[in-house]
Amino acid sequence: MTEFIQQLLNGLSLGAIYALIALGYTMVYGVLRFINFAHSDVFMVGAFIGYFAGEHLPHGTVLGGLAAMAAAMAGCALLGMLIERLVYRPLRGCPTLNVLITAIGMSLFLEYTGQLVFGATPRAFPQIFPSRVFAVHGLIISMNQLIVIVVATILMIALQVAVYGTKIGTAMRAVALNPKAAQLVGVNIDVVISFTFGLGSALAGAGGVLYAVNYPSIDPLMGVVPGLKAFVAAVLGGVGNIPGAALGALILGMVETFVDGSRWSTYKDAIAFAILIGILLFRPAGLLGRFTAEKV
Amino acid sequence: MPRIHRAIVAALAAAALAGAASAQDTIKIGEYASLTGKEAAFGTSSHNGTLMAVEEANAGGGVLGRQIDLITEDDRSTSGEAATIVKKLISRDKVVGILGEVASSRSLEAAPICQAYKRPMISPSSTNPKVTQIGNYIFRVCFIDPFQGTVMAKFAKDTLKLHRVALLTSVSSAYSVGLAKYFKERFIADGGEIVIEQKFTEGDKDFNAQLTAIKAADVDGIFVPGYYTEAALICRQARELEITVPLFGGDGWEAPELISIGGAAVEGCYYSTHYSPQVDSPVVKSFVARFGARYDGTVPDAMAALGYDSAKVMIDAIRRAGSTEGPAIRDAIAATSGYEGVTGTTTMDKDRNPTKAAVVIEVMGGKFKFVQSVAP
Repeated sequence: MTEFIQQLLNGLSLGAIYALIALGYTMVYGVLRFINFAHSDVFMVGAFIGYFAGEHLPHGTVLGGLAAMAAAMAGCALLGMLIERLVYRPLRGCPTLNVLITAIGMSLFLEYTGQLVFGATPRAFPQIFPSRVFAVHGLIISMNQLIVIVVATILMIALQVAVYGTKIGTAMRAVALNPKAAQLVGVNIDVVISFTFGLGSALAGAGGVLYAVNYPSIDPLMGVVPGLKAFVAAVLGGVGNIPGAALGALILGMVETFVDGSRWSTYKDAIAFAILIGILLFRPAGLLGRFTAEKV
Repeated sequence: MPRIHRAIVAALAAAALAGAASAQDTIKIGEYASLTGKEAAFGTSSHNGTLMAVEEANAGGGVLGRQIDLITEDDRSTSGEAATIVKKLISRDKVVGILGEVASSRSLEAAPICQAYKRPMISPSSTNPKVTQIGNYIFRVCFIDPFQGTVMAKFAKDTLKLHRVALLTSVSSAYSVGLAKYFKERFIADGGEIVIEQKFTEGDKDFNAQLTAIKAADVDGIFVPGYYTEAALICRQARELEITVPLFGGDGWEAPELISIGGAAVEGCYYSTHYSPQVDSPVVKSFVARFGARYDGTVPDAMAALGYDSAKVMIDAIRRAGSTEGPAIRDAIAATSGYEGVTGTTTMDKDRNPTKAAVVIEVMGGKFKFVQSVAP
């Protein structure tokens, strides 16, 4: 029983990180209807900003850790908006395929520029948060895991409030619903899209730091696998749907953890993806996504 | 007609001479290595050793009166890349022999190509037995996994006095699977028990699930045959889950990153490897001094020593063969006997593997400490 609850905790902290990345995929998709493949590399840049900020901050304090995370979020938000302005905006109105391929190109560009600038060898991420381990009735939870779960939850609630309770959030939803109509009623699409990229990338930056705190070895290709998993989580929950992305990420994190801890750990990814295929067979729009007929 | 004939013959002879003259310039040896990517620490270290061996040979007048040109290509630690690079080295650069790779998986990719083109290949540090089984042109200068697995099983049983051990294996690496298999066979034969076997994939970063299961199985040691990137994270997560038993592995653990990433968590962990710079022998001492002078005081690790030995064995074979033809060099490498390398005396057996001793290293006070040497 203890082992089961311990695995539940492990799955929760893994799922929380996937959720932070998945939210960025889903938000951009909701507004622009394309998958921003460079998102997983913004996540990597976030980890590196956290790394360099961590060098100059006091280690092992909650405040220092949060400051490093804030730096990563701000840096990534800027990077996300810059990518949108320089790369995706000139392509707006082009067929989705062009944008998609550009996104893949952008992703490779960030990965290999990262290798050039940061070097390819993995670096040890500093212990920016206090390193403590809490043991309750044989259950063990580290300070890092706790911070991941708490911070991710707060960020997701904040996002929900921003999308449903603020003016810019309403504008975002309007653009997602119908960009042309939104423009007609006076919504500035450029600002909204830029904001969406900034917000999504800030979450990826936070995810990058939290991931690096938990698994303290960072390298320029570190975004590839979590990015792919988060993408799967977003599709699982219904791409374009914010609570769906969080739910999908949680399910994926749990499934991976439980398969990993069992005798079938070899088939971890196979089982995770089989579940994805299964869900998509029965619910093509994802768990919480609403199926809409494509107008042709 | 005869005159024209003679002219053609003369022209052909001149062309042949010119061709021979240009080929006389240098002897090309190809090297494929993981200079970037996940196993970059290994690839770079091994490459530095290889490069130093070639530079020393060139400073001493080269081989067969010609200088050696080392052509190095990076495979970015990715599967699929090694085969492409080796094809390029053989067909475009026309190298006479191939050196590489550290990782068994990538050596296994390139070996069939070297075999097909009849170019001898020497792997510095691929320990999976299958590598040299590809064909009679494939050699190595390190010991193989059955030996390494046996050494660690004996060490765990006799020195650490362990009885209940968990295995945590990377399923995507030929090296890891091989090592786990031979460790298990020997450990069980010696009366030990493998209580639980858990798997992971290279590139994974979260091992909490596997370690939670291992913790529940109540073991007194964990054998982690894998590479340093994962090993360091596994040690950290194990210590966070309050698993206090020793973790130990093979030569894949040996990189400074094990300590920089693992920190305090890798203290008191062990691994087996090919050589230690702390071994008290004149050959090793001189090598450590020359390597330090060449690379700003860096202490050479096992990968550097094996990279050095692989190039030395290749150059020595070319010298003894007196030719740059693939079959002649192959025969000379196969005949290597009693060669005094940095990593021990190298004699090729009939399966093209050398018989050598292994050393066990412990991480202590943030440093690698030589524990004992285990003879074959």
